[in-house]
Amino acid sequence: MVEPLISFKDFSFKYDSQAEDTLKHINLDIYPGEKVLIAGASGSGKSTLGRVINGLIPHAYPGTISGSCVVNGKEVADSSLFDLSFDVGTVLQDSDSQFVGLTVAEDMAFSLENDQVSQAEMKSAVSKWAKTLQLNELLKNSPQEISGGQKQRVAMGGVLIDESQVLLFDEPLASLDPAAGLASMKLIDELATKQSLTVVLIEHRIEEVLHANIDRLVVLRDGEIVANDSPNKILESEELVGLGLREPLYLSVLRRAGIAITDCRQIGHAETITNPAIAESLKSWTKGAKLTYADKKMTSLLELRDIKFAYGAGKNVIDGLNLIVHQGEIISLVGQNGTGKSTLSNLITGFLTPDSGKILFAGEDMADLSVKERSEKIGYILQDPNQMISKTTVFEEVSSGLVLREISNEEIQTQVNEVLKICGLYEMRHWPISALSFGQKKRVTIAAILVLDPKMLILDEPTAGQDFRHYTEIMSFLEKVCAEKDLTVILITHDMHLMLEYTTRTIVLDAGHVIMDDTPAKVLTSDNILQRASLAKTSLYTLASRFGLPSADDFVAKFIESERRMR
Amino acid sequence: MSKNLFVGYNERDTFMHRLSGSTKLIGFVSLSIIGMVTFDTRFLLGIFLFSIILFWKSQIKLSEISFILKVIIAFAAFNIFLVYVFSPGYGISIYGSHHMILGNPNQFFNLSWEELLYLFNVLLKYTFAVPLALIFLLTTEPSEFAASLNKIGVSYRISYSVEITLRYIPDVQRDYRTISLAQQARGYEISKKANLITRAKGAVQIILPLIFTSLDRIETVSQAMSLRRFGRHNKRTWYMARRFEMADYLAFFVIFLIVIVGVLLFKVNNGRFWNPFN
Repeated sequence: MVEPLISFKDFSFKYDSQAEDTLKHINLDIYPGEKVLIAGASGSGKSTLGRVINGLIPHAYPGTISGSCVVNGKEVADSSLFDLSFDVGTVLQDSDSQFVGLTVAEDMAFSLENDQVSQAEMKSAVSKWAKTLQLNELLKNSPQEISGGQKQRVAMGGVLIDESQVLLFDEPLASLDPAAGLASMKLIDELATKQSLTVVLIEHRIEEVLHANIDRLVVLRDGEIVANDSPNKILESEELVGLGLREPLYLSVLRRAGIAITDCRQIGHAETITNPAIAESLKSWTKGAKLTYADKKMTSLLELRDIKFAYGAGKNVIDGLNLIVHQGEIISLVGQNGTGKSTLSNLITGFLTPDSGKILFAGEDMADLSVKERSEKIGYILQDPNQMISKTTVFEEVSSGLVLREISNEEIQTQVNEVLKICGLYEMRHWPISALSFGQKKRVTIAAILVLDPKMLILDEPTAGQDFRHYTEIMSFLEKVCAEKDLTVILITHDMHLMLEYTTRTIVLDAGHVIMDDTPAKVLTSDNILQRASLAKTSLYTLASRFGLPSADDFVAKFIESERRMR
Repeated sequence: MSKNLFVGYNERDTFMHRLSGSTKLIGFVSLSIIGMVTFDTRFLLGIFLFSIILFWKSQIKLSEISFILKVIIAFAAFNIFLVYVFSPGYGISIYGSHHMILGNPNQFFNLSWEELLYLFNVLLKYTFAVPLALIFLLTTEPSEFAASLNKIGVSYRISYSVEITLRYIPDVQRDYRTISLAQQARGYEISKKANLITRAKGAVQIILPLIFTSLDRIETVSQAMSLRRFGRHNKRTWYMARRFEMADYLAFFVIFLIVIVGVLLFKVNNGRFWNPFN
């Protein structure tokens, strides 16, 4: 019998800083050569489990352990972090922070340097792994010069160079765009086979990880293992949704069309799932489903006319861009990194001034308005709430923008309290910011902008890194607030679910132009556009083309609408 | 981008670029020490000329260093001025003679040739090391800094902190910009339009989130480093270290000679000062 490489036996762990066990009586064996996905909502303990495997627990995070966890014959609690690092290579969620060298080559060699390996050996090891990971062209590049996907490959190189048997990924998809995420999953699959690695992936985005052809899916909830089986077995049942996770879309749509997943075969991918009834059921479902067209009055709120902009004497980053945003719309702005999305939002908020062209807001030319004056019309919300919050309590933070406007204290009190109530933060108004969860902090940052009473919001990746439950929480909140205050919203995002489910119109930017301006469903079913925007095909689209549905985007739109109604 | 710090590495192929970083660092440190100790004007002029020649040979363009050069010149001029103002008679007390230009030795403010020579020495001390420091900074790959420091005996943990700093400066700058934009979008004025107090308040709004973001990053970075065994041994090797070659040994010899000359001059002069007034 093959011995497990990683073996948890009745393992529990409590962080010193917490009152309750984060992991409770875990029993789990991972065998050599397996690819295991450990999934779970935020707070389920999945990251904690990962930290046990690589030894950060108990060595960097002190706490109380009971039971045992053995990795390659070593009891984790009794081995040093350094010893364990030979067996388990960790790729952290934030591969930018993991990049500690000044160049790609140095970063890959980092662990060898620490092992006092000779320079010649390092050079040959680096060149070997650079070749495997297609990094040879980038060896001399600095971390600021390479993309997220490339950084992740460098991080992989930096641990594979130790020839460790286990590769542990902590949320590998969190900082990648859809196309890079897909490529990364395929690479992991390929590497694992070629190098006979054991791979442990910690992620909540199950559909994407399925592309790595995982052998086993382990689901955690509240520190306990609630499912541990082949992915197909778990996908057949409907339990994922109940566990705070998102079921792969292609399975949801098949269920909606009345197909029992248990009757299907090869259900692991939208490309392979088969059942003689699928084509017929999907067609009749699509026929039966109706799309409602909301007749909105189209008043233009923001209008950009032939905007051109270049940094210094460089080439135009925004090159003759035209765009009209209507009152009350929720728009998604997508495009590869570096195509000018942030430049565009900086032009709108007034941090940058266009070289030519006009920006009109409610018919008024904004050229003469300062950043501060524009901030009364347009609110800008960063991806990371920690980068926005500068006060210590909720009330102080939300009121800080109003205080600057020199209005009376009572007036501030009333306005802030009103916004806090809308945002569901009123009860927490005296709480210190540090006691809030990520989602709550996000709400605080939105509240702090709403209190300024803008007509329009620009949000940068509002749901990045959030599991399904928190994602839904943030977005339903935003949807509700926008409806109440009749706000217009631009979401800058890579998240295809977000585009589909919460926005009505998608603007695709490439090389400073709008290359497509249509419904999210249409954008996500246009092959050529997807590639240029670094997005990936949704599995819905795959189903539509495999089973010969007359119109892929109609199918996608109908499914999304039926999902919306279910919410 | 990381190379665009106020002074940054420039890839060229000169003799100075080919020397190992450690050699340049040793040269800079030992010449600085001997130069700081001695007050022999002839010797100081000699190494000043020497460093100017090296600077010229390393093909550094003045435009690349104009900013830092202006800062240094302003600083040195101001310093010389203060040295004079606080003690105009110091030259006389050092050299034990007085050849007056203005006033007489009993007045507080006077000017003597002795004082001028003293001030000239001080000026030389400030300036001769500047080209050497710039040569080290501009002709050594940043990646080699840490390795060079470690090679001359600085502990590798401290050496690596230099590397990590260089690595994360651009990221922190980026964070700063992002945070600053977000705060301005909420109405904090930090541009020149606002008065100083408002701007200071605005700056605090940026610093706080910046510190918290950076602290988070430091935690992740240090974990990432220990997961790859940083700190396991008392020593480590360096991917970017350069082996000493013939040229380096030659350079050591030259540095050694210069230092020896400096030391011998102490003997000749009977002390640190060369006194032409005797």
